[in-house]
Amino acid sequence: MRGEILITDIIKKNKIEEVGAKNTEASDKMIGKWLKCDSCKEILYKADVKENYSICMNCGRHFRLSARRRILQTIDDGTFTELNEIMPDVNPLEFEGYLEKVNLLREKIKINEAVKTGIGEINGIKVAIAAMDGNFLMGSMGSVVGEKITLLIEEAIKEKLPLIIFSVSGGARMQEGIISLMQMAKTSAAIAKHSEAGLLYISVLTDPTTGGVTASFASLGDIILAEPGCTVGFAGKRVIEQTIKQTLPDDFQKAEFLLEHGFIDKIVDRREMKSTLTNILRLHGYGGEHK
Amino acid sequence: MKSAWDKVCIARNMERARATDYIENIFDGFIELHGDRNFGDDKSIVAGIALLDGDPVTVIAQQKGKNTSENIERNFGMTNPEGYRKALRLMKQAEKFNRPIITFIDTPGAYPGIGAEERGQGEAIARNIFEMSKLKVPIISIVIGEGSSGGALALGIGDEIIMLENAVYSILSPEGFATILYKDASRNVEAAEKMKMTAEDLKRLGVIDKIIKEPEGGVTEESREVFINVKKVLIEDITTLKKNDTEKLLSKRYDKFRKIGG
Repeated sequence: MRGEILITDIIKKNKIEEVGAKNTEASDKMIGKWLKCDSCKEILYKADVKENYSICMNCGRHFRLSARRRILQTIDDGTFTELNEIMPDVNPLEFEGYLEKVNLLREKIKINEAVKTGIGEINGIKVAIAAMDGNFLMGSMGSVVGEKITLLIEEAIKEKLPLIIFSVSGGARMQEGIISLMQMAKTSAAIAKHSEAGLLYISVLTDPTTGGVTASFASLGDIILAEPGCTVGFAGKRVIEQTIKQTLPDDFQKAEFLLEHGFIDKIVDRREMKSTLTNILRLHGYGGEHK
Repeated sequence: MKSAWDKVCIARNMERARATDYIENIFDGFIELHGDRNFGDDKSIVAGIALLDGDPVTVIAQQKGKNTSENIERNFGMTNPEGYRKALRLMKQAEKFNRPIITFIDTPGAYPGIGAEERGQGEAIARNIFEMSKLKVPIISIVIGEGSSGGALALGIGDEIIMLENAVYSILSPEGFATILYKDASRNVEAAEKMKMTAEDLKRLGVIDKIIKEPEGGVTEESREVFINVKKVLIEDITTLKKNDTEKLLSKRYDKFRKIGG
């Protein structure tokens, strides 16, 4: 795991704890006023980082964002309507302790599931948007994530809206087994329908996007953007290293690697994400007079 | 009564019938077609055109070897992006010439390698799922051995999904599942049970439609009865699926996956 390190931990326990994936509303309160960038090791004042879109002021590293903050950074104030905020949990494998784990986590971090979906405006342009949340079971896709994303896409088709999905995911959710795998089919088939309707889908890859999410909707954007330095891949780095018995270079599966190999359209700094999305939407006739 | 792990072992058995055994015994005049027209020819996928009971069909099959040297040639049935892209090219060709598509699934998973990632393994799988969901010809998928992860799903978007009695289909291997969830790869037997990866479990979960019986000990290249049975089921299913107009075929296919985990 990668991310910010607590200075309070360094001082108090002389121990390094990585909390990069936890910089959410809930953990904001817990982690004090300072952080250490895991990339350049600079000690940063947390309020400044927050002000700077959660990007390291020193080296430009993009720290992970919760779905809530992603929506706040992307959607015009007061225009977001969340869809299907609460969905019934399922446990198709009757996997022991799974629902208890989900409920405990939900209470602790005050996040319902690994994706937030809804309708909102980007500089006045109405869009259907999904933001995944890496804080919730690594942003893994189980039935609820698959269903929420599919319902959003179907709403977008019905309302003829462009679709934007910010992905961050460890892949399919293991605890739901084959049913998680089938969410790849369900969401991708919905994307195909949205595409057939001639509507625009922009996929934004953030750190990390892997496994079953990479192998489904995240790779199916008409336009695919990525945040600088994010990890994107299908197989995990460790699995590949075990298979080929070699150590992989640091830049393997990074956004820049994907750009080089032709699998993303553009790397976009988070501070320019909203204006870039606006530009692409306008180039497709959204928000103009003719649409 | 076989345990889930027993079935995993049967599904992985070196003696087990391979995709080419099905192709030889079920179809006539099979002509193998090669390459993705972009990068190369992935030998973990055997694909081409053949006659099924006199009618042309497109066959796409994952092929494991019957011995070590064959397995090395076939990459142990682990498909690379160019394999999925070859499959997609031939599925699109099937659509153009209005041929039904039959896919045989047998893979421990999509290949996890440097080249596979460089050539977009995730994109290749996603693209197949996306395109298969809207192909205007009937698609039948049969899991004949191991159906593991997105590597299997990339050929698995069928109107009808069939499994051999001892085949398994899952999100990943029981060893991988045990490593991730129990932090202990040696709990693979227990994981296999918990994962609900047998044909019976998957039929109960509504993920697959039909199960085809196997002889005791599992299907081998000698199991003529199994091949006759698979052929019969394929002919029946294609006849039934052909009765749908395109719109109906596609809306049924959409709903089939739409309802899972909904």
